[in-house]
Amino acid sequence: MTNAALKKTPLNAQHRKLGAKMVDFGGWDMPVQYSGILEEHRAVRAKAGLFDVSHMGEVYVMGPDALRLVNKVITNDAGKLQLKQILYTPMCYEHGGVVDDLLVYKMADDHYFLVVNASNTDKDYEWLVKNAQGLDVTVENISAKTAQLALQGPKAESILGKLTDYDLASLQYYWFDSFRVDGVECLVSRTGYTGEDGFEIYLPPEFAGLLWDKILAVGQDEGILPIGLGARDTLRFEARLPLYGQELSSEITPLEAGLGIFVKLDKADFNGKEALVKQKQEGLTRRLVGFEMIERGIPRSHYPLAADGREIGWVSTGSYAPSLDKNIGLGFVSPRFAALDTEIEVVIRGKGVKAKVIKTPFYKREA
Amino acid sequence: MTNPRDLKYTKEHEWARIEGNRVTVGITHYAQEALGDVVFVELPGVGDKIIEGEAFGTVESVKSVSDLYAPVSGEVVEVNDNVLDSPETVNTDPYGAAWMIVVEIADPTEVDKLLSAEQYEEFLAEQD
Repeated sequence: MTNAALKKTPLNAQHRKLGAKMVDFGGWDMPVQYSGILEEHRAVRAKAGLFDVSHMGEVYVMGPDALRLVNKVITNDAGKLQLKQILYTPMCYEHGGVVDDLLVYKMADDHYFLVVNASNTDKDYEWLVKNAQGLDVTVENISAKTAQLALQGPKAESILGKLTDYDLASLQYYWFDSFRVDGVECLVSRTGYTGEDGFEIYLPPEFAGLLWDKILAVGQDEGILPIGLGARDTLRFEARLPLYGQELSSEITPLEAGLGIFVKLDKADFNGKEALVKQKQEGLTRRLVGFEMIERGIPRSHYPLAADGREIGWVSTGSYAPSLDKNIGLGFVSPRFAALDTEIEVVIRGKGVKAKVIKTPFYKREA
Repeated sequence: MTNPRDLKYTKEHEWARIEGNRVTVGITHYAQEALGDVVFVELPGVGDKIIEGEAFGTVESVKSVSDLYAPVSGEVVEVNDNVLDSPETVNTDPYGAAWMIVVEIADPTEVDKLLSAEQYEEFLAEQD
């Protein structure tokens, strides 16, 4: 069944040929799974996985005031980036809530490349244009001209190495470069959303299908699998990487979401600074914590969290965690319930089910 | 996979094996495939009463939560603890090891409403 109203990535035919189960993901026709979420999840942790993330949004910020605009909208400091370096950052409203979280790539002193969430692309572009008023800068949405593949897992480097002469070992975490992969000029960064080593590869859409097929073919001996959005979510969740709409939203600040290290309050004026400084001074009224179930049950997004019969917060993400074989969750609670080992309850179908606060990330790869 | 001919079925994708007044209940191959990897099952306890057409338990995959609907009314007389401990058997053996409960039915005529394997497969064909 094909829903003609849904947007398609350049790899739609590949997904269908591989027998993926397709879903409507924020208006995109995307693969949620191929062989199965658990098998795909384990392949990325133990071997390698290939993701189509072409739905992600890409925006160029160019011109003499490029850095001024970027640093005005983000909470992290792009002024500290070196050429070909990347940072992760929230982007806030004046009241401290989050517009989106994104990656900023420094292409040149007057050129930054921003990678944003698919469902927020239009909103982010408009936000950037609005904030660019009075600045000597051009904002260009290049999402439609950009395909993106993510190759993740301990075997990612050896698989990608079969398709390029570039010295991949020299490409460090959160750095990028431009080079040929299977003869096609790509922008390749050592980044990802899984908690594993790996790469994100940006290239023109017309070459995406060929490269997708090629990576799966050369990675076959190493056990590579195509990975859908289902496992992408369980992988990022175990690594405590936030998902916009769950751990982040216009109603949640980066400080509440535990992203304080990406908020540079000593930086010159930026959107949300005043509100965030105030929040830090006054203290948080809620905090993101990780927890594991003590009693039987799986926490799910929006389930209430309780203690002593009173509601104390809500679950932002919850799932069976394949790498841990446990049922775990992330949720927002009043700070007095945030200490490790605090017993809380997840309200599942009207019943309080015992859980306890544990440290995050739930999963961390061995260095 | 074909659905066993000796079982009865519901439109909510449960199966029922009827042996006198004892009815064993599980979910169908179609249901487990639609769910994906099953990671959690919640069932009533022995002695609980269940009512035809109403939820008696829950089955959860990595991404979804679904109610289990009772094909018949009666008292739960056996619960499969193995399926609680190893929910993945719902995917691997839905008609065998992943049986869920045994119900003792009060009204034997209730089973007449259930679908035969052929009727269930016709129903599935209409869904696609």
